[in-house]
Amino acid sequence: MTDPRHTTALSRTPLYSLAIALNARMTEFSGWEMPVHYSGITHEHHAVRSTAGMFDISHMGKFRLVGKTVLEQLQTLVPSDLSRLQPGEAQYTVLLNDQAGIIDDLIFYYQGTDSDGSQRWMAIANAATIEKDKAWMLSHLDLTEMTFEDYSADQALIAVPGPGAVAKLQTLVKEDLSGIKAFGHLEGTVLGQPGFLARTGYTGEDGFEVMVSPEVGIELWKALLALGVVPCGLGCRDTLRLEAAMALYGQDINDTTTPLEAGLGWLVHLDSKGDFIGRSILASQKQNGVQRRLVGLQMQGRNIARHDYPVIANGTVAGVVTSGTQSPTMGQPIALAYVPTEFSKLGQPLEVEIRGKLHPAIVVKRPFYRRPQTSSF
Amino acid sequence: MALEYPSDLKYLDTHEYARLDGEIATIGITAFAIDQLGDIVFLELPEMGDAIEQGEKFGTIESVKAVEDLNAPVSGTVIEINGALLEAPEQVGDDPYGEGWLLKVRIDEDINLDDTLSSDEYRAQVEGE
Repeated sequence: MTDPRHTTALSRTPLYSLAIALNARMTEFSGWEMPVHYSGITHEHHAVRSTAGMFDISHMGKFRLVGKTVLEQLQTLVPSDLSRLQPGEAQYTVLLNDQAGIIDDLIFYYQGTDSDGSQRWMAIANAATIEKDKAWMLSHLDLTEMTFEDYSADQALIAVPGPGAVAKLQTLVKEDLSGIKAFGHLEGTVLGQPGFLARTGYTGEDGFEVMVSPEVGIELWKALLALGVVPCGLGCRDTLRLEAAMALYGQDINDTTTPLEAGLGWLVHLDSKGDFIGRSILASQKQNGVQRRLVGLQMQGRNIARHDYPVIANGTVAGVVTSGTQSPTMGQPIALAYVPTEFSKLGQPLEVEIRGKLHPAIVVKRPFYRRPQTSSF
Repeated sequence: MALEYPSDLKYLDTHEYARLDGEIATIGITAFAIDQLGDIVFLELPEMGDAIEQGEKFGTIESVKAVEDLNAPVSGTVIEINGALLEAPEQVGDDPYGEGWLLKVRIDEDINLDDTLSSDEYRAQVEGE
């Protein structure tokens, strides 16, 4: 097979050799050579749901924003009210174009304000959109009063999700992690070295994402492995995030979908903040309603709806599947799809065209999976 | 762990095999295909009595990440389907040359195996990929 993408060298994270040592099956992911699975997607998926798993996500974008006007300037780029954040809090949000289409989804972390009034912020964004995000932000930020640094390649980033993840990670971290709320973060001490820990993730489970130097990242991976944390690849990352109905950029959301269409209305704070790029479109969509919505679909048989399959309502093509898989947790095929608002109500029967045949599906509540709310730590 | 390719089977370069026993052929997919696909989550097979055509698609196999056609190594009429696998497709990978068989077909009289590969030819091909 000749795949033109393989003619250019793929990037590798600091943890690449550890994946190879564990016989990971590697795949190309937006220019990176990443593990798709180690022991098997299903096994890794269940490990994250039942105990603890770890993902190398060092390929993700990492930005540092420092200065007196960071908040003021970021407020114009996102629909979320970032002024609500206290030091140590974070917000999942989106960068919007002037049509309120999503440039990327990302998390902004407010670390605090120094005595001279200089604010310290960080952002973690998708790997595939690093250059796009950077170009957008640099063209809109006034850098006379703040600095913007892309340090994506400088640090390792390891996600450790699962009901047993925090207890295991705690044994390697000096600070008490029990008091950190969801989306909380701190600069702490990991294996005696400086690290950034955030209680965020992309699987629907509790856990932390840990940013450390490449050298400490390698030691952290080995230490977690010794504690029985299961190494996981991008394959189960996709099934886990889909069960949790978390959007995948480039698939469920993109430059042409708005956060209100994508079911991300909870991060749009029109009432509590001033102008931002895309505001007028969102205000109009909020007032008049959206034409289409991203809904959860549950297939009624065993056939699996997948990305780009047509969704049929009343015998005509009405929408499209954006993500679909066999849910390992539920043992049923699940999907996300854009459908016209009139067909988006819970319980709405629809059909998905799979290899030329129509298969029944119904609109179900998102997320497909919600973790039991009994924190073990 | 080295993958096995039994020498008594005929192979297609699309990773299906046929085990010939008189006028009956048992059709399945190879250990290499299972290894490449990963956990199998869905199978679509023809019905009893359906005719399948050598080199043509007769069904679909899906792993968590991939959707692949199943192609017929021989032409014939379907006389048996491994129905247990339709309900538990993940088991196809446990024993692809035994319990993980997919179909049994009555081979057409004018059988032509020119387009199939021997075990050695198939091994040489997949190990070169």
